[in-house]
Amino acid sequence: MAEARAGKWPGGRAEALAAWALALPALILMILMLLGPVVAVLLLSFTGWSLGDAEMEWIGLGNYEQLAADPVFWTSLRNTLIYVGVSVPATVGLGLGAALLVESVGRFRSFYRAAYFLPVASTLLAMALVWEFMFHPTVGFVNQALRTLGLPVTDWLNNPDVALLAIAVIGVWQNLGLAMVLFVAGLQGVPKDLYEALALDGADGAWERFRRVTWPMLGPALVFVVAITAIRSFQVFDTVAVLTEGGPNKSTEVLLYTMVQEGFRFLRTAYGAAITVVFLVFTLAITVAQTVILDRRAHYG
Amino acid sequence: MVDRLGPLFRHAVLLLGAAVMLAPFVLMLSLSVKPAAEIFAPQFRLLPEQWSAWENYSAAFTKVPLARFLMNGFIVTFCIFAAQAVTALPMAYALAKLRWRGRDTVFGLVLLALLVPPQVPAIPLYIGLWQLGLLDTYAAIILPSTVSVFGIFLMRQFFRTVPNDLIAAARMDGLSELGIVWRIMLPTAAPALAAFGCLSFIWNWNEFFWPYIAVQSEHLMTPPLGIAFFSDTESGTSWGPLMAAATVTTAPLALAFLLAQRAFVRGVTMSGVK
Amino acid sequence: MASVDLIGIGKKFGATDVLRDVTLRVADGEFLAILGASGCGKSTLLRILAGLEGTDQGEVRLGGIEVGHLRPKARDLAMVFQSYALYPYMTVGQNIALPLEMRRLSAWQRLPLLGRLMPGTRAARENIAEDVASVAGPLQLGALLGRKPAQLSGGQRQRVALARAMVRQPAAFLMDEPLSNLDAKLRIEARAEIVALQRRLGATILYVTHDQEEAMAMADRVAVMQGGRVLQVAAPQSLYDDPVSLDVARFVGSPPMNVFPVRLHSSGAVEALGTALPFHATGTAREGIVMGVRPEALRPAEQGIAVTLARIERLGGEALLYCTAPGLAQPLVAQVEAGEANDHAIGAPLRLMPRRALLFDGDGKRMVCRAGSVGAMALASAHG
Repeated sequence: MAEARAGKWPGGRAEALAAWALALPALILMILMLLGPVVAVLLLSFTGWSLGDAEMEWIGLGNYEQLAADPVFWTSLRNTLIYVGVSVPATVGLGLGAALLVESVGRFRSFYRAAYFLPVASTLLAMALVWEFMFHPTVGFVNQALRTLGLPVTDWLNNPDVALLAIAVIGVWQNLGLAMVLFVAGLQGVPKDLYEALALDGADGAWERFRRVTWPMLGPALVFVVAITAIRSFQVFDTVAVLTEGGPNKSTEVLLYTMVQEGFRFLRTAYGAAITVVFLVFTLAITVAQTVILDRRAHYG
Repeated sequence: MVDRLGPLFRHAVLLLGAAVMLAPFVLMLSLSVKPAAEIFAPQFRLLPEQWSAWENYSAAFTKVPLARFLMNGFIVTFCIFAAQAVTALPMAYALAKLRWRGRDTVFGLVLLALLVPPQVPAIPLYIGLWQLGLLDTYAAIILPSTVSVFGIFLMRQFFRTVPNDLIAAARMDGLSELGIVWRIMLPTAAPALAAFGCLSFIWNWNEFFWPYIAVQSEHLMTPPLGIAFFSDTESGTSWGPLMAAATVTTAPLALAFLLAQRAFVRGVTMSGVK
Repeated sequence: MASVDLIGIGKKFGATDVLRDVTLRVADGEFLAILGASGCGKSTLLRILAGLEGTDQGEVRLGGIEVGHLRPKARDLAMVFQSYALYPYMTVGQNIALPLEMRRLSAWQRLPLLGRLMPGTRAARENIAEDVASVAGPLQLGALLGRKPAQLSGGQRQRVALARAMVRQPAAFLMDEPLSNLDAKLRIEARAEIVALQRRLGATILYVTHDQEEAMAMADRVAVMQGGRVLQVAAPQSLYDDPVSLDVARFVGSPPMNVFPVRLHSSGAVEALGTALPFHATGTAREGIVMGVRPEALRPAEQGIAVTLARIERLGGEALLYCTAPGLAQPLVAQVEAGEANDHAIGAPLRLMPRRALLFDGDGKRMVCRAGSVGAMALASAHG
C-alpha cells in the first residue's frame, strides 16, 4: 500500500533510492554468502562433481541413492538423532529446573546465573579438551565420582557403547546455561498478579502455582527453547572432530562430521552437498514444527 | 513442591549444580599450574605441591605460536563485527523505517536466510574462495561472516521501537537518510548493538567449523583451531601446557562475559524474543 | 513568518479517505487551532504541511509560494511533536543546536573531531551557541543545557521541544498536541506561555488538538474537523454561539450542549415534550428537528419542559442539574449557581426553560430560530 504510492510524497523517490542504497551492501553479501550458496548446494547435490573436475555432470538423484545405500550415512544419521534425542530433553529439563530454582532464591542469584551461563560463553574447543581429561579412565573426575558412589566405570571416549553419550554430556553442559537464561526471561514475563489471583482463588502451593500458571505461561518459551536446542544439537561437530574423530568404530560419527569428511577430506564434493541438503531438511523441519505448534497454541490462547 | 524444599535445600541443589558446571574450569586452571608428575596423581589436589605455572604457560606460548593465535582471533572477530555492524545497521533502518517498493521482499529474504544453519553454505563458499585463490587467508575466514542476518533482524526489531516522531523531527531538522542512521539511529541503538556485539564475539571467537575447513597454515589459525592443532601435535602427552593454552584461549571470552554479563545475557535473551 | 495556505487537500490511505477537499488559509502571524477527535485527519494534515506525507490532491503554499514538491528540510517549518521527539542521547543544548548545525555548517564541518579543524567552524559554532542561549534563556532552560532529556521533567522537555522549534526562526510553527502529555496544572501554564510567545514573535502557528477548551483558550481562529473534512473555521466565541451544524455545536463546549427532539408547527411555533417554547422558527423542514441548548442557557422556571431532577453534580462555583423525562434519551443538564441547587430536591418535578436555543434540521444543519414569540407563549398557556 505504502509501496504503491512510492514517490508520491515530497522526497518519496529519494526515500526509496536511499532505502535501496542503505540495504544494498547487506543484500548483496546476503545473496553472495548465504542464499546463493544454499541454492548452489542444492544444485550441486544433483551432480557428480568433485573439486577440480573440469566437467559438471548432472546425475539427478544419484547421490541420494548412494546415500540411501551407504551404511556410514545411516550410522551417522542415527547417531545424530540419538544425540539430539538425549541432549535436548536433558538440556531443556535441567535448564528449566535451574531457572525455576534460581528465580526462587533471593540471594546469590547473579552468582548462580553466571556459573551456569559461563560454559555458553567459553571456547567449546578448549573446554572439550578439559572434558577429555574429565573422562580420563583412571584420574578423570567422572570415573572418580562413579567409583566413590560404587558405580561401574569405563573408558568413556573409547568405549563405542557410551562414547556418544559422553559427547552428549558435554553438549548438555555447554547449552544448559542458554536454556536457563531463556527460561528466566520467560519466567520474568509471567505477570505477578496471576499468582496473586491464584492465591486468592485458594491455590498457593508451589506445585499448583507451577501447574496452573508457570507451565502454561511458559509454553511459547518452552517451544522456542526446545527448537533452538534441537537446532544447535544437530550442529554437533567440534567435540566429535577434536575428541573422537567419529570413532571408536563410527560410534560418534555425526552428520556434519560425515559431511566434512566426504566433502573436504575425500573431495567428494557433490556427495558432501547431498549430506548438507539432508542436514538442512532436518533443521528446517524443526523450525516448521516449532511454527506449527506455536500457531496452534496461539489459536487456543 | 519447590516451596517445601526450603531455601537451604534449594541453595544446596543450586550449589551442587554450580559445582558441576564450574568443575571443568577449576580442573583446567588447576592442571595448568601442575607439573606433569602431579597431573596423574591418584589423589586430586586443587593446588600443586610444586608450582609449574611458569613452565606450563611459557611452554604453551613457545611450543605453538599461541600469541599469534590470539592475535588472529582478535583480528578476525573485530573485522567480522565491524563488517556486520556497517552492513546491518543501514539495512535494518531501511527495513524498519523507510517506505519503499521491495521492502517486504527483502525482509522475506532476511527471514529465509535466518533459517539456514551456518554450515550449509560451506561447500559452495569453499569452491568460490578456491576459484578466487583466497583459501588459507584471513579473507577466507572473514568474508563468509561479513553479513549477519541475525544482526539485521535484531536491529530491525529494535529500530521499530524508535518513535517515528524522532525520525520526522530529524528530517525537519535537515538530516539526510544516511545522517539519520549515523546521528540518530546508531546512538539510540547503542545498547542493542553492544548486546549484538557480545553475541558476535562469542560466536566468532569460538567458531571452529569454518576455520577448520578454510585454513591450514599455522600462522592464520584462530584460537580454537590453534588449540586443536596443539592437542594434535602433543597427542595428549603434555596436559599442563595444553591446559595453560586452553586457559589463555578461553580467558578473553570468560573475562568479557564476567565484565559485561548484562549485555551478554540481554543479547542471548533478545535472540529468544523473536 | 509567513502565511500558510492549504487548498483542496485530498488524501487516501488505501481505500479510506483521510482528508477530503480540505481548505485552510492561515494569515501571517495568526494562531489557528485545528480541533477534532482522534482519527479525524488533523495530524495527517499537519504532516502534509510539513512534507512528511504526500497529498493525492491539492496545493500547499507557504507565503504564497507552492511548496508541495519540497522535502521537509527545505520548507523552513518547525514542528513540536506530541512526544516531543527529543534526541535521547543528546544534551538539551545539542538538541536545540542540531537544526542550526544542519543549516549553518557544511558536511565537512560537521565531522566529529576533524570538523573542528575546518576553517570557519569555530566562529559558526560560537554563533550557534549564542543563538541557543538566547532561545534557552526566556524559556528558563539556561541552567539545563548540559542535561539529557531523561533527566528533565515533562514541562521542561516540552520547553526544550519549543526551543528547538524556535531557534531557527521558521516561517511557521506546527504543533501536534504539544501539551497532551502534561498534567492539568502545567498544561494551563504552558498554554499561557505559548500564547505569550506567539504574540511576542508574531508567529504563524498551526496547532492540532483534541481538547476544545485548549483550542478555544489559545487560538485566534479554530478549525473544527471531522471525518477528514473541515466543518467550520471561526473565532472561538462565534464557534460557540453560532455553530453551522449540530456536529460543531456538540464538539464545542463543556459540559456538552443539550440536544433533544422538538416539533415544529406550520406557524413556526416550537414544542418540546408537549410544552410550547418561546421560539419561532422559519424553514420548511419538519422531520427530525432537534434543539440545542447550552447548559448555562437552560434554567429552572415557572413554566417550561416538565422533567424530574435525577442527580446534582456540584462543581464548587456552580452545580449541574441532571434531569430526566419520559421521551428523552439523554438527561437534560442545566447549569446553575451552587447556592441555587439547594432549592431543588432529588426526585422532585421541575420545569426547565431555555433562554437561548439553536435549531437543527434532520441533516444537522442550522435553521433560523428567533426567541420570544408571543404566539408561542399563547400556545404554551393554552396547553398548560
